[in-house]
Amino acid sequence: MDKVMVCLKRVVDYNVRIRVKPDQSGVVTEGVKMSVNPFDEIALEEALRMREQGKASEIFIVSIGTPDCQQQLRTGLAMGADRAILVKTESDLEPLAAARALLKIIEKENPQLVLLGKQAIDNDCNQTAQMLAALWERPQATFASQIEMTGDTLRVTREVDAGLEVIDVDLPAVVSTDLRLNEPRYVKLPDIMKAKKKPIETIEIDALGIDTTPVFTVTDYAAPPIRSKGQMVDDVGGLIGALKEKGFSL
Amino acid sequence: MSKVLLVAEHDGSTLNPSTAKIVHCAQSLNAEAIDIVVLGQGVDAIAAQAAKLNGVARVLTCDRSENANPLAALIAPQVAALSSDYGYVFGPSTTFGKDLMPRVAALLGTGQISDIMEVIDARTFRRPIYAGNAIITVATSADRTIVATVRVASYRAVADDGSATIEVASTTAELPSHTRYVELKSESGDRPDLQVANIVVSGGRGVGSKENFALLYDLADGMGAGVGASRAAVDAGYVPNDMQVGQTGKIISPDLYIAFGISGAIQHLTGIKDAGTIVAVNKDPDAPIFEIADIGLVGDLFEVIPELGKQLG
Repeated sequence: MDKVMVCLKRVVDYNVRIRVKPDQSGVVTEGVKMSVNPFDEIALEEALRMREQGKASEIFIVSIGTPDCQQQLRTGLAMGADRAILVKTESDLEPLAAARALLKIIEKENPQLVLLGKQAIDNDCNQTAQMLAALWERPQATFASQIEMTGDTLRVTREVDAGLEVIDVDLPAVVSTDLRLNEPRYVKLPDIMKAKKKPIETIEIDALGIDTTPVFTVTDYAAPPIRSKGQMVDDVGGLIGALKEKGFSL
Repeated sequence: MSKVLLVAEHDGSTLNPSTAKIVHCAQSLNAEAIDIVVLGQGVDAIAAQAAKLNGVARVLTCDRSENANPLAALIAPQVAALSSDYGYVFGPSTTFGKDLMPRVAALLGTGQISDIMEVIDARTFRRPIYAGNAIITVATSADRTIVATVRVASYRAVADDGSATIEVASTTAELPSHTRYVELKSESGDRPDLQVANIVVSGGRGVGSKENFALLYDLADGMGAGVGASRAAVDAGYVPNDMQVGQTGKIISPDLYIAFGISGAIQHLTGIKDAGTIVAVNKDPDAPIFEIADIGLVGDLFEVIPELGKQLG
């Protein structure tokens, strides 16, 4: 495989406790740690392993967003990606617009495989990979927990509600990655230094000539209803008694 | 007024219970009619089940060999082709619907609302983001079909007292050959499906091993319960992936959820917020799960489970 494209989204770090702003206009992101979406990190790790096994020759990473996304692209470069592309926009694109932008990059770069996380942990949409595959008119293998390449075909094991589904997809294809595909490597200091020399190309979103008009408007952000702490019981007898009080006939 | 098209989920022989739940969501749209499309091979029995769901006007069948397995790349063009008559095209927020519906939306050139948990009005919906740590209200303009997945844990199944007409729907959509089904590996056995079970017994890292999970299986079988797990237990290889409950696993809404040895990471709690009653058993009195549990017991699961089994007899 000649080229693999990996998409990285900048998101609020996994460990940050999310709070809704008092005026309900959004969630607090000021002064909050930002990271690469963990599912996208898994996608990049998979691409790196393919290259290490001689199955891919070049890996480039793409992010869409403000210039701040360069931090996450640097992380990806330090992990081992060869080069990076930032599609610059001040707007928070919906998945459909993101897929349209990524398709333009695909048309320019001709990757054989596009890897990205199954969902971003900020908006939890789980849409971009599927939409990109549809627009590209190519296969999608979502929620991948294992990928094997034979010639121009990928055999992908997918985590589905009923168990593990195995499908074959012809390249080029889009694969969205699930948690158990791999464990991403830690970035070492020398790699961070080396990554500073790797190129990040910036493309203005307007230069892509795509429709990014939002389909939806978010009118309100609210904190979720809180489940309050209940009662503590001392033993199994107390537990069964408490369940009976709640009307369970066990 | 416009019509709703729902995509049925099934396993080739039986309608998945998620379908009855998304009909409930569709009813709250107050649309002109609700239709269900069943795509598969040999779908008569499934279509008959769908036709009984309360409030459904028509069941459309797309019966062809290419639909024998639910491959989004093949099914999406057919759903998109049928969509022109509809103001809404909804699927369940299960792995089936999550895989399929965004592909349908993109083919229609529109966006998708993921995980509808509440219908505010015909154009306004609520959905969770950040693993359920914020709930947003999403609105869209009136001039396009709304494609969405419905968070099944937010809705109860409708009754099966209906009598919809069943019609054959044929589309001329051209289907690709670039995606091929190989197999489904399932280890879950005969226990109730997590997404429908009334009672779910669940284990975390504290269970300690694959062998120890037998304790939970025994307890669950005695209670007629389904068995779930935290991500930690799945990652450790104690149980298969289809048992994972949480942000990236299954979102469930049993009447009773009993968690053993689960500390309660936010990502897990988001999967059980709709449970009727949550019981937590953990030897760590500071485990976060006690903050949301209705009934908490600080104790060793290896003592509590056998004792519970004995007392429930």
